[in-house]
Amino acid sequence: MIDWFAYVQVGVATVAGLLCVVLGLVGRRPSDLTMGALALVEVLLVAQVVVAIAAPAFGNTPTGDPLEFWTYLVSAVLLPVGAGFWALLERSRWSTVVLGVAALAVAVMVYRMLQIWTVQQA
Amino acid sequence: MTEVDPTVDAPATRPRMSGIGRVLVAVYAVLALAATGRSFVQIATKFDEAPLAYLLSALAAVVYVLATVALIARGRTWYVVAWATIVFEFTGVLVVGTLSLVDPALFPHDTVWSAFGRGYLFIPLVLPLLGMWWLARHPVRRGEATA
Repeated sequence: MIDWFAYVQVGVATVAGLLCVVLGLVGRRPSDLTMGALALVEVLLVAQVVVAIAAPAFGNTPTGDPLEFWTYLVSAVLLPVGAGFWALLERSRWSTVVLGVAALAVAVMVYRMLQIWTVQQA
Repeated sequence: MTEVDPTVDAPATRPRMSGIGRVLVAVYAVLALAATGRSFVQIATKFDEAPLAYLLSALAAVVYVLATVALIARGRTWYVVAWATIVFEFTGVLVVGTLSLVDPALFPHDTVWSAFGRGYLFIPLVLPLLGMWWLARHPVRRGEATA
């Protein structure tokens, strides 16, 4: 896992999450902006999958449990997709909030992934 | 919450979870995913270390999944299931949370409920309260189909 890339992901997901929650609470339905924000989060996650597969070949190996790391990563990849489909099916303001909740959850999960990869006891 | 869903024509046929309730379901789904993922990893890699704690994790995960489904599904049966699972969760987080602080030796390994769900931003503590509030505000009407 690449530190700066992980922080970029956490930052983007946090901003996207807050944006969607705020826009949803003021009554906006899912729009190109909010869906696009989630799409960006998803693209970064897919890039993270590639990084996580390739990194060990370059000597960047996880210090923690790979299974735990991958459980987080697979779950995180599914979240924006699930929230996005939901937003397409039900175009209400609350779907925008759901997009935000998904993005914020991704932010937490990526941070946790970075912890698993870099700082582990034993 | 004044929006009209074009796919339903009468309030009586509305799914229980509409409007802001959708957000509640989404948070439940995320928590169910988190609990399931964690217990999967625990049981797959280090089950022998603390079988009881990890079985509890798995049980909690199943209950979160069940609660998520029960909140979405219609009918009196699911309404009762939703109450049961949410009350179970609330009891779980209170009992395990208290015990994990009073006697940490009982729960040396983290569960979703340790220290009142601190590892999950206290969401496991707050969510059942929101869930019960929601269910109380949206009872199943008489004559509604029993699914």
